[in-house]
This record gives sequence, structure tokens and C-alpha cells, in this order.
Amino acid sequence: MKPIETKKEYQDYVDKKSPNSPIIKNCFNAFWVGGLICSIGQLIFDFCKFRGLDVQTSNTIVSIILIGIAAFLTGLNLFNKIGKFAGAGSLVPITGFANSIVSPAMEYKSEGYVMGVGGKMFTVAGPVLVFGISASIIVGIVYLIFNTASITLV
Amino acid sequence: MEFFQSIDWMQMLRCFVVGGLICIIGQILIDKTKLTPARILVIFVTTGCVLGGLGLYQYLVDFAGCGATVPLTGFGNLLAKGAIEEIGKSGLLGAFIGGTKAAAGGISAAVFFGYIASLISKPKMKKQ
Amino acid sequence: MEKLGKQTVKFNNPVTILQTASIVGPKEADGPLAQYFDNCLEDEFWGEKTWEKAESKIIKETVNSVIAKSNLSNSDFDYCFAGDLLNQCISSSFGLRELNIPFLGIFGACSTFVEAMCLASVFLEGGAGNNAICAASSHFCSAEKQFRFPLELGNQRPQSAQWTVTGSGAAILSKNGSGPFITNATFGKIVDMGIKDSNNMGAAMAPAALDTLLTHFKDTGRNPSYYDAIITGDLGHVGKEILIELAQTKGYNIKSNYNDCGVLIFNQATQDTHSGGSGCGCCASVFSGYLYKMLQEKKYKKILLMATGALTNATSAQQGESIPGIAHAVSIEI
Repeated sequence: MKPIETKKEYQDYVDKKSPNSPIIKNCFNAFWVGGLICSIGQLIFDFCKFRGLDVQTSNTIVSIILIGIAAFLTGLNLFNKIGKFAGAGSLVPITGFANSIVSPAMEYKSEGYVMGVGGKMFTVAGPVLVFGISASIIVGIVYLIFNTASITLV
Repeated sequence: MEFFQSIDWMQMLRCFVVGGLICIIGQILIDKTKLTPARILVIFVTTGCVLGGLGLYQYLVDFAGCGATVPLTGFGNLLAKGAIEEIGKSGLLGAFIGGTKAAAGGISAAVFFGYIASLISKPKMKKQ
Repeated sequence: MEKLGKQTVKFNNPVTILQTASIVGPKEADGPLAQYFDNCLEDEFWGEKTWEKAESKIIKETVNSVIAKSNLSNSDFDYCFAGDLLNQCISSSFGLRELNIPFLGIFGACSTFVEAMCLASVFLEGGAGNNAICAASSHFCSAEKQFRFPLELGNQRPQSAQWTVTGSGAAILSKNGSGPFITNATFGKIVDMGIKDSNNMGAAMAPAALDTLLTHFKDTGRNPSYYDAIITGDLGHVGKEILIELAQTKGYNIKSNYNDCGVLIFNQATQDTHSGGSGCGCCASVFSGYLYKMLQEKKYKKILLMATGALTNATSAQQGESIPGIAHAVSIEI
């Protein structure tokens, strides 16, 4: 091997030397856990529909129940184990959003309920709301521009 | 029992596969890029929002049900759809109300359960 | 004491490492070195309410235990050099606030323990006192909280990531004693080869370790075979491999007698620690527990202990800064 002189050479060398994640295994686990979580959601959805609720209400109930389950598992110190096993399989569904709100709330409890739990709750999930809500407003405004007929301004 | 007979198992399979595939995209992002979980969630929610705004995500929802609505892209779609629907009712103001209104249940639940969990539980060392 | 070359100090009346003590957490207690540590904790909180308080207690009890083992009293000590990973070094300053020994808080990231030994040796040999304590600690949970994510977040750690050791090590350095002696100290330069991935600290620190290693050999005129063991602080599996290869390109073969504290402390296959241990407590506890006993039993007669540190924090990482590395080395001989 040649001596490494530049940062570029070193970065390339390190990229080569660093172990890769077992991506096939990770993807497989992410697939079935993610699919399973969605299927549980579907089951709840079907049940709501079966009881005669409309689509929007059913979807909201699905979200709330899945978030509740994820929060409960996080509180039992189990969600990080699932997350470690499933990766994106538990991160990408709404359960990951719930976990990313509940875990800092628990972690920063030691800094008090107001500045700790309250203040730090959105350290991980905050960006999701910031970008999600901002994007929805932009989408709305763009929609309004392209459908000028519907402009009523309040 | 009647409920179980009413379940559309093909629908369930489509939900499983589509939900799983969306998660695989996330997993590839985790393993192949050095994105943190927060960034991945942001990418998913924004993508869902844009696809929702274009009206494309609804096709996926119609096809896969919860396989499309449960992943965070569905959350983004919900925000966009809410904004657009509310615009129909109250114009420009709707763009500001609609998104959060549609997602209110999920957001409030996460905040509330997060608070409750912090009351009754504390973090523990990963044993593995 | 005299200066050798550019960065090395040679001690003519070398100080003795009189006594050491170590306390580690439950995961370290499952590792291959468990039998060498003085105290293995049952849980990460150790009866405290927060991770930070637990870490303070760990370093406090380690220092108390090393003083008790040495049969000296607090008033016999002239200095205490200590540090840790938390912002403003709160674990050591809070943990040691009741010690009543002049306290010098230091930060060298994971190189803190050896930095403390280097400084204490110079102080004592220079006539500034007779006895000094060197201590360092780290805690997996408090480090995760400060540098990465909440503990309960369900994320996956990359394969190159290292596991912060929960533990602390403390050593007493004394002018009076019959060894093991600290005979040379090589103070390292900051080396930054542009690595930005905070999940690959070993790669970020390896160039600094190489720089200090080569400087040490050049300054002292020694070569790798002079030592029974060359031990780096916490390069982990990835950094260890890199250092071996980098040293090879510079004409030094360290493969046969080189190892790393981060590699030694965990069993990579069964403990799922990926690239190995890291943190101030890694080098401190492995030296105080394992290596010091090896020296006492004369299994090792001459070792080069070189702790490496990644001088980064959460803010600099978010601002896209690369990770500067540092390494300090001491030769310890019987």
C-alpha cells in the first residue's frame, strides 16, 4: 500500500476499510416488520369501517392507535429493540414518528417537566412537523394559484 | 367473527407489500447514505406532501390502503390533502388550517402519549 | 526531565504508578476483561436519578477506592487531574467536588486519561508535588444523550460505530515508589484528515495515533519491538486495522504487539458493540484494570500506552465540521 498523503486519499481508503451494514438482511427485516405494522393498521381500519365509520375518521383512529402502541412499547423500553432489529421497518411507519416524540420526552425527564419533557420533546420529530406543515401550506397555496376560480380569500 | 369474514385478504396483502416496500426505501437510505433518522422522516413526509399535492399519492392509497397511509409519506399526503380540502371551504386561510387540522389527531396523540410515557417510565440501558 | 526531539519528554527520575482502581458498568462486566475490574455495577443508574449523576458517582467512587487502596490520605495528594466527555466536564468536577485536593479539569476527549498521566508526570518530576491522581470516566447513556440520540429511540447503529464504555479508571502517580515507571511522555498534535462521520471515530482518530506513534519512535530512537505491547486508547476494530496499515506504509510493523483498549474490552462477536469500545472510561478502565495487573505480574515489562481522542461535539458535527483527532502516549516500564 502507498503512504496516504491527502485527505481525499484517506477518505477513499476509509470508505473501503469501513464495514458495510448487512443491507440485504436489514431490508428483509424492514420489509416484513414495516409490512406487518401497516397490516395491523389495515386491520384496525377494516374494523372501523366494519363499524360504519367513514374513511377519514377510520384513518385517524388507525394513526392514534398505532401511535399509542408505539408510545406504550417505548415506555416499556422495548421499541428501541424493535427499531434496532427492523430499522426503517419501524421508523418509517407512523410508529417511528411516535417513538421519536416519546423517546426524548422520557430521556429529558431528568431536566424537569417544562424545559425537559416539554422543551425537548420535539428534538427529533420537530423537523417532521416543521417541514411537513410548511410543505402542506406551500402545496395549498400552489393549488390555489392553479385553481384561481376557487379564490375567495376567506 | 362476522368482522373477520368481511376482511379483504387481497387488500391486506397489497397493504403488507406496499408498506414493506416503502420501508425498504427507507432502509436503503439508512444504509447507503449517512442520513440521521430525523432527516429520513423529513424526506418521507415532504415527499408524501408533494405527491399528495399533485394528487398522485391517492392512487397508492386506493391501491394499498393502510400500506400507503401508515408510513410517514401517508402523513405528508394527509397534510397536503387536508390543506387542499380546506381551501375549498375557506380559501387561502384553508392552506394554513387544513394540513394541521387533518393531522391533528396523530400529532396530539403523539404529544399526549409522549407526556404520559415520560410520567410513568424512564429510559433503560439497551441490554443487547 | 529532558526534552527529546520535538514532542517527547524523557523523565530522569520517573514517577511510579503506585495504585490503580477501576469501576465499570454491566455491559463491560459481560466482556472478556470483567475479572480485572475492581467493581462491576449491576445497573447503569447505580441508585442515582440521572445518567449524569451516575457517572459522577462512578468517578467519585473510583477515586475514593484508589486512595483507599494506596493507604494514603487525601491530604497527601498535591493534584488531581481528571476529565470526562460531558460538556464542561461535569462528571469529574461534580463527582470530585468533595475531594479536597487541588483539581485540574482536563479535556482530551477519549485521550483524557493519558493526557492526565503526561501532565501529572511532568508536574511531579518538576518538583511541584509528590503525589497526584489521574482519573477519567465516561458513561454510555450520558454520552448517547449528549452526542447522539435519546436512549429509547429505535435506530440502528452503523457497523463502524463504537460503544461508549460505562466506567472509570483512576491511577495514583507518586515520586516515591518502585515502579511501574512512566519513563517517557509524547504529547500529540491535533491531526485532522477530514473524516466527518461521527459514527466512524476510529478512522477519524487513527491518523493522530499514527502521528504520535511515529513521533515517539523518532524522538526516542526506539522501534515497535522495544515494547512488549503497544496499546491505543479506543480506535476500535476499524481504527486498529487502519493504524496497522498506515504504520506499515511508514515502515513500521506493529502488527504482532499492538492492540487497542476498545477492542479488548468487549467481545465483538457476542456483545454487538460493532467497532468496539470508546470514551474516556475505555482507556482508563482497561489500563487501571487489565494492563496495570499485567505490569504488576510482569507479563508486560514495557508498554506504550497511547490514548486517542476525537475532539468533536454535537454542534460541530451538525455544522458539517470534520473531526480533529489527538493522541498522547506514555511509555510505562518496570
